[in-house]
Amino acid sequence: MSLLELRNLTKTFGGLMAVNEVSFSVDKGAVVGLIGPNGAGKTTVFNLITGNYKPDSGEIIFEGENIVGLPTHKIVNLGIARTFQTIRLFQNLSVLENVLAGCHCRMKAGMLACMFRPKWQKEEEKEALKKAWAELEFVGLSKELTNKAKNLSYGNQRLLEIARALATSPKLIILDEPAGGMNEQETQELVELIGEIKKRGITVLLIEHDMSLVMRICEHIVVLEHGAKIAEGTPEEVKNNPLVIEAYLGVDED
Amino acid sequence: MELFIQQLTNGLAIGGIYALIALGYTMVYGVMKLINFAHGDLFSIGAYLGLTLLLSLGLVDKIGVLGGILLLMLMVMGLVGIIGIILERVAYRPLRKADRLSAVVSALGASIFFANSLMLIYGAKFRVYPHNILPKMAVDILGMKIPLIRILLLLASFILMTALYLFVQKTKTGTAIRAAAIDQGAAKLMGINVNKIISIVFFIGPALGGAAGIMVGLYYGQINFLMGWLYGLKAFIAAVIGGIGNIPGAMLGGIILGVVESLGAAYVSFAWKDAIAFLVLIIILIVRPTGILGERVAEKV
Amino acid sequence: MNRKRIIDIIIILVLACAPLFLNTYWVDVLNNIGIYAILALSLNFILGHTGLFHMGHAAFYAIGAYTTAILNTMYHIPIIWLMPLSGVLAGIFGYLVARPIIHLRGDYLLIVTIGIVEIVRIALVNNIFGITGGSNGIFGISRPKLWGFVIRRPQDFFYYIWIFLGISVYLFYRLENSRFGRALNYIKEDDLAAEGSGVDSSGYKLKAFIIGAIWAGFVGNIYASKMTIISPESFSFWESVILFVIVILGGSGSMRGIILGSFLIIGLPELFRQFASARMLIFGAAMVVMMIFRPQGIIPPKPRTYNLDFLKLGEAEK
Repeated sequence: MSLLELRNLTKTFGGLMAVNEVSFSVDKGAVVGLIGPNGAGKTTVFNLITGNYKPDSGEIIFEGENIVGLPTHKIVNLGIARTFQTIRLFQNLSVLENVLAGCHCRMKAGMLACMFRPKWQKEEEKEALKKAWAELEFVGLSKELTNKAKNLSYGNQRLLEIARALATSPKLIILDEPAGGMNEQETQELVELIGEIKKRGITVLLIEHDMSLVMRICEHIVVLEHGAKIAEGTPEEVKNNPLVIEAYLGVDED
Repeated sequence: MELFIQQLTNGLAIGGIYALIALGYTMVYGVMKLINFAHGDLFSIGAYLGLTLLLSLGLVDKIGVLGGILLLMLMVMGLVGIIGIILERVAYRPLRKADRLSAVVSALGASIFFANSLMLIYGAKFRVYPHNILPKMAVDILGMKIPLIRILLLLASFILMTALYLFVQKTKTGTAIRAAAIDQGAAKLMGINVNKIISIVFFIGPALGGAAGIMVGLYYGQINFLMGWLYGLKAFIAAVIGGIGNIPGAMLGGIILGVVESLGAAYVSFAWKDAIAFLVLIIILIVRPTGILGERVAEKV
Repeated sequence: MNRKRIIDIIIILVLACAPLFLNTYWVDVLNNIGIYAILALSLNFILGHTGLFHMGHAAFYAIGAYTTAILNTMYHIPIIWLMPLSGVLAGIFGYLVARPIIHLRGDYLLIVTIGIVEIVRIALVNNIFGITGGSNGIFGISRPKLWGFVIRRPQDFFYYIWIFLGISVYLFYRLENSRFGRALNYIKEDDLAAEGSGVDSSGYKLKAFIIGAIWAGFVGNIYASKMTIISPESFSFWESVILFVIVILGGSGSMRGIILGSFLIIGLPELFRQFASARMLIFGAAMVVMMIFRPQGIIPPKPRTYNLDFLKLGEAEK
């Protein structure tokens, strides 16, 4: 059963066709990769799904509901969490507070509850701390708790973004180049982490330039070029697709 | 009709002054992404320096009205320009890498500093410009008497703006200024001395503001140490209306604001004159935040 | 940590006894400091915690003060009853003006908020709806009466204002150190990332404006009853600048810093009255110097601490 379905999604920026009639679906529990040469429109597709951009036309169906036009935080609330290609952490806040940001949307306390602190508010705060701690433990950052986000290594910042996204209790997590800037060992650990995320029953959709990583962990791959989908299928199918080979030939991929 | 034409020409004259001040805001904003809150006070300094030089040198008596005022203007423009360069060195350059808020607060501090320096030197009361310098002539246009000074003011601001426009568009330095406004980092890589460009911008902007200061003195006949604040704010609004960072936009915005305000004062309410400017600003920012000539840029995610 | 608490207690005790050894003039200076401190603390939610460049806070303060003044002089409603109403009306006004402008970029917001405070002042001067008394303002406002006791002398007002400040600090501390305060900080750091983590950015920006406006409204009520006369001059743009500067110089997001900032900016000039004419000059220069050498403010905020003992961890942080 598909958790997320894109139908004929189109987005232009002042005449430039960034995404052109793209359709694909992401099955529940799957790990799906979105690949393509630089400038193929992958990140734009992500920004459309998360509500950062509004599509010109097309539908995005999440759990049977069209989410086009909803503000980003509502989409997060429905269960789609993301990480950013260029890391966007709360640099001056502690690692723990960064993850608590993810817990925010599952909490209820408003202005008055925060001021007068009834018992349920205290419980809720405790639960959030537990959850944040658990997610940090999950990605292996629980020792960095009080460190400021900006003091983490690049690889750890990526992990922290994942922890923050997981803290929103998502059904679908969208990772934009999670291995970007990671060394080999870190990448290997990331592969294992994504496996763990899948085991928790969370569906994963990711953009990645590291082809070997994509081929290893994705069971389904969608290929974009010039904003349009040119192929999709299992890693084997995609690897042998002549259109894909052509699209990548001569393109410098690192 | 008579009222309309009178208010229109008055609005154009004031609009030209707003435009001159607005150019200083917009150029600095273009290159440094900073609202130079002290700019309005540089305008006041121009008005006061003009008064001092006018009274002490007696240029008008020696070389005639037109030459005297021209020379006066050039001197004041040079002096205020130098103050502008010093201001940038002292209050803004150390903050170039700091966050925007720090620079804004520093600018406010500089503004307070300048305004109060003027008060200490010249006193808190209104100072009067000699009112008999310019001949009190009126020009007959379509049967209506338009004061000569309005036409001269409009002409003067038009000449200054054209000169600036040609400078920015046609000269090598002008091209460098435009390049620095688009991307400072890239400009640096292309061998442009960004520090020098910023100093030039901080000379030209305040120089134009200083000229506007003299013009206000001559037009209204009196000046006050706090006037820079309101004029500065209005001019900033003009810059935003036209699209901040955009030089033709500042000129257009200044003229529009001057005319709207002048007509509004006559036909809507004089007491609400200042509120009209702010209302126009708020509406523009809500409807078209980039101003009339500004371009829309999507935020990169 | 412990030493800090002792210093806090000493300061509070000295303040509590201040009216005993200070003359009326200085008590009144302390009252002004208190009023500015509460106003700056309310602005802190918008400027300090959320990072929104708001330079029109005096507008909300004015709404509160005029609500109290008008309803008290026209209908003789007791001042104390008018306090919540002043807060609510200021809050509603804050919501209405902030809503259309909340999405504006930093410095645009700054200019628009300056515009709002100027429009409000001009409206008051022009005797809008015929109820604000024009540039003369409104006089004959009554004193607050608490359980039969009329607060009248500066000494009475001292306790009234500083106890209100204490309550505000207590509530604000709780607000800061909870889901609400964190959400504001996320937005200040990166509002796009906050939104992407499930925080309703524009909603919280509005809430910051509303809570700030409500408290400014409360202070407006206190101010009106303290002065018994109010006029538009008290709510000019410069008042907003002073509040803005208190927050930035004291330390954005730091209540200690802001209270200290109020002492320095409102209190210190009183000590140098002989240099009265030069003090604004020094004030301006100090702002520039401060931004260059200590932009985070005199006392920057401390990071929040969390008690994780309940997780029963060996290395849990205190």
